[in-house]
Amino acid sequence: MSAFLDFVASLGRFLIGACLGTGRLTLFAVEGLSHIFRPPFYGRQFLRAMLEIGYLSLPVVALTAVFTGMVLALQSSTGLSRFAADSAVASLVVLSVTRELGPVLAGLMVAGRAGAAMAAEIGTMRVTDQVDALTTLSTNPMKYLVAPRLLAGLVALPLLVMVADILGVLGGFIIGVVKLGFNPGIYLSNTLDFLRTDDVVSGLAKAGVFGFLIALMGCYHGYNSKGGAQGVGAATTSAVVAASVLILAFDYVLTELFFAR
Amino acid sequence: MTSGSEQSERERSNKDVPKIRLRGLTKRFGDKVVLDGIDLDVMPGTSMVVIGGSGSGKSVLLKCILGLIAPDEGTIEIDGTNVLALDRARRETIRAQIGMLFQNGALFDSLPVWENVAFGLLARRLASRADAKARAETVLAQVGLAPSVGELWPAELSGGMQKRVGLARAIAARPEVLFFDEPTTGLDPIMGAVIDGLIVDCVKTLGSTAIAITHDMLSARRIGDRAAMLFKGRIVWQGAASELMESGNAMVDQFTHGRREGPIQMELRK
Repeated sequence: MSAFLDFVASLGRFLIGACLGTGRLTLFAVEGLSHIFRPPFYGRQFLRAMLEIGYLSLPVVALTAVFTGMVLALQSSTGLSRFAADSAVASLVVLSVTRELGPVLAGLMVAGRAGAAMAAEIGTMRVTDQVDALTTLSTNPMKYLVAPRLLAGLVALPLLVMVADILGVLGGFIIGVVKLGFNPGIYLSNTLDFLRTDDVVSGLAKAGVFGFLIALMGCYHGYNSKGGAQGVGAATTSAVVAASVLILAFDYVLTELFFAR
Repeated sequence: MTSGSEQSERERSNKDVPKIRLRGLTKRFGDKVVLDGIDLDVMPGTSMVVIGGSGSGKSVLLKCILGLIAPDEGTIEIDGTNVLALDRARRETIRAQIGMLFQNGALFDSLPVWENVAFGLLARRLASRADAKARAETVLAQVGLAPSVGELWPAELSGGMQKRVGLARAIAARPEVLFFDEPTTGLDPIMGAVIDGLIVDCVKTLGSTAIAITHDMLSARRIGDRAAMLFKGRIVWQGAASELMESGNAMVDQFTHGRREGPIQMELRK
């Protein structure tokens, strides 16, 4: 009986902890978002965050997209040839990249790179009193540190995914033409014929949501880190893991929202 | 129109009102009572040094006055106004009158030194970037640093230089109140004396009211006009800083002379 009660008590503690954590995260997100619209605005901080999240993530996202497009073309060719449907390779590559793999893989890459960097930077600022110093200098840390990063995540990831979409299709095109022997004109025509505007737009909308989640996780875990170097390390790990899991979970939710009949 | 005698009367009465007055300040973290009903007055233009062992609540006391931590009970008055009863905007206005030198400097790694020094001016849009930079160079000179230091990054500075830059940042906006958290910790004795001298000069030049927390007795006597000792969240002694070494209080004597035996027993785990 006491073992059962212990189990119920620990389950209760876990659920209360989860509710508290969700509530804290929601309040943090709402406060961060509200500061995006209220002056003063820190343009330099926003541009710096755009540079960190967008420009500096470009090489890793570009490489991921090119290789993903190449692998998709190869895999789909071997699979589709069993049904004599090789001609569908181009359309399969473009739909997979724009709807799904572009935003998800770019999101995961940016979570690992920029999300971790964000958590580490803000976490270090927290444990070395720099966040308190901001407050003493009449600067709201949520406005100065969090809001510009949330906005940058929201804006930068769709831009990255646009590039990733183009490079992913290019990767598929290279393999399709060089290795699988497709005619370049026919491959491109198959690519464009099957692509609709909402395929691209849905991918970009997903990217915006993923960018926001990455920035939110980086800022939240960094802002609440404590306990020196170990705390900053733990915050960084939590930020990347939480952002990655949320990207995959929200990917399902958004796909259901956009495409479920 | 007010007559000259009325004005001087008001100035005299302002001088009688403590710049900072704490009454019954209490803060708990869980079951642990960190501040236990602190009463403390700091008169305008004077320096108060708060001494006490590690974990005695000194830093929490400063953070409560700064508004970084909300106390559970008590009042904090600055110029006779209870800041805890003010709305956020008015509290921000009062906070803008306070400069703080953090124990580890807390300089912003991502900004060059001059932007660190001028941060308060830039954040409150009190100066253009060019004017802020000129002001930063003036203040850096006040703490004995060349203008070229302004172009360096905090990571390129020694511990003593970081403290000087932290001091420059604290005084850049000419605050009415200055807080110093362990200003000489981690510095060699000569650099400690230099920093203490700079603090005294800055406080005198600005006419600010200062609170410093330290467990460096030499520094306490150099910086402070008055001193108070905090033990287990309570003020156990107050007096002139010059009397610290001969206070007649057993706890203060044990602490200032660094004796193992006395009323203060270290809590050791067995």
